[in-house]
Amino acid sequence: MTVPDAARAVDTVWRLESARIIAGLARVVRDIDLAEDLAQDALVAALRQWPESGIPANPGAWLMATARHRAIDRLRRDERLRRNIGQLGHELEVRQEAAVIDGPAEFDAATDDDFVPDDLLRLMFVACHPVLSTESRVALTLRLLGGLTTDEIARAFLAAEPAIAQRIVRAKRTLASKQVPFEVPPAGERAERMGSVLEVIYLIFNEGYTATAGENWARPELCYEALRIGRMLAELSPANPEVHGLVALMEIQSSRLRARVGPAGEPVPLLEQNRGNWDQLLIRRGFAALLRAEQLGGPPGSYVLQAAIAACHARARAADETDWERIAALYEVLAVIEPTPVVELNHAVAVAMAFGPARGLELVDPLTSRPELRGYHLLPTVRGDLLARLGRPAEAREEFERAAALTRNGQERSVLLRRAAGCKSDP
Amino acid sequence: MRFLMTTTAGDAPDETMMAEMGRFVEELSRSGVLLATGGLDPAGTRISSKDGKVTVTDGPFAEAKEAIISFALVDVRSKDEAIELSKRFWQIVKNGEGAIQQVFGPE
Repeated sequence: MTVPDAARAVDTVWRLESARIIAGLARVVRDIDLAEDLAQDALVAALRQWPESGIPANPGAWLMATARHRAIDRLRRDERLRRNIGQLGHELEVRQEAAVIDGPAEFDAATDDDFVPDDLLRLMFVACHPVLSTESRVALTLRLLGGLTTDEIARAFLAAEPAIAQRIVRAKRTLASKQVPFEVPPAGERAERMGSVLEVIYLIFNEGYTATAGENWARPELCYEALRIGRMLAELSPANPEVHGLVALMEIQSSRLRARVGPAGEPVPLLEQNRGNWDQLLIRRGFAALLRAEQLGGPPGSYVLQAAIAACHARARAADETDWERIAALYEVLAVIEPTPVVELNHAVAVAMAFGPARGLELVDPLTSRPELRGYHLLPTVRGDLLARLGRPAEAREEFERAAALTRNGQERSVLLRRAAGCKSDP
Repeated sequence: MRFLMTTTAGDAPDETMMAEMGRFVEELSRSGVLLATGGLDPAGTRISSKDGKVTVTDGPFAEAKEAIISFALVDVRSKDEAIELSKRFWQIVKNGEGAIQQVFGPE
């Protein structure tokens, strides 16, 4: 086969397998950077050999075996590495492995495929370790779990490639210097560490979801990566309701991707979207994930609540069939565990829809003095809408103009200015 | 990107093959790429319509070769990935025929 054919095949297999391979290697060599190095070595070997020998029947296993052999070579040559593995590994199992890794058989046993699911979970926790900045966690997650190249990550975040490369290098160095263990966090820390993982995944998702269509073709891919990693996590950690909650939220939000953008590339608000363009398969998956979360019991967390709100919208076949009272009640609970001004604003919107604009305005007015919302264009937008519905057009116009001045999105500004112009005072 | 992967012919699975298939399906689910999958009743029912006048024919049918016997709907990054997954399926089933078609939709 030709070299370009082999390159494409290697690329494809790498995308599908790299996380698993790096995770399996990391468990034994206890160093993310070395694990990635060894995996890359195998990649290079594949690019060299597959054009001649053809693509192997089981390419993932081929790459893993090749990486293993490289690892054994390194261990043989590197006395200090062998000692480090012995030191860093505090489980008896690993100490035994470190002591006897002299040949392929022991290494095979250590990297047995049966261990793979837990390995991926370990890799996720490490990549999202709180010792790293959020930006670093995001980059490392996309790199190690998404298999994205540095260039792809850079384009997705509209950053320069060298900056991302540096960020990843420094992140791995920090993990090594802080001797972050390659393990699933102990039960006591699990919830908090999982929170960090979920935060990273949702950050990636939002990066892709809120991007303006057409500006950067790579960005919808981010939604996919986040969703895929989230789905994986749900299988690896099925007893955690917030994981299912996040997946449910992402599935349902993804279901609206095609409906969110109009023919001229303009953003279409949820209530005005053509629901025929909502992907019912994703909605169904979202409901299923939400059900799993609810079946696990316990008080609902933030993601489960947000997913339940998204499900309310998804369930309504038309905007006027939306169960606003239920949404308002859900926001009320969410506001208790996540009392951010944005949540309170959304709560106010739901209250207005369920119980009338006057009630909504009662909740919105206090928010105007909150410093965190000062530059947030949706606050005056909502206020303007409520005032218009209450027959106070002059005040409404002022709010829409204020909102137009605050938004950075050109199309949104036009929409807001039009609304302002449409506020006619009573004759 | 979504692809519908169908098989129109394949070895009848023995116990070992069923077990391997089960593992494969579980693996695809676990990696977040499998949206739906199933085996189809080879008998089925054929519909043909001319000018809105519908003829319904119950199977099984003589030309069994054309009947789709199983499908998997996958969510992947590229057609290459779908093909790669298909290859792994055929490692298990060994002999048979099928198709991969992109499902147009949200992108």
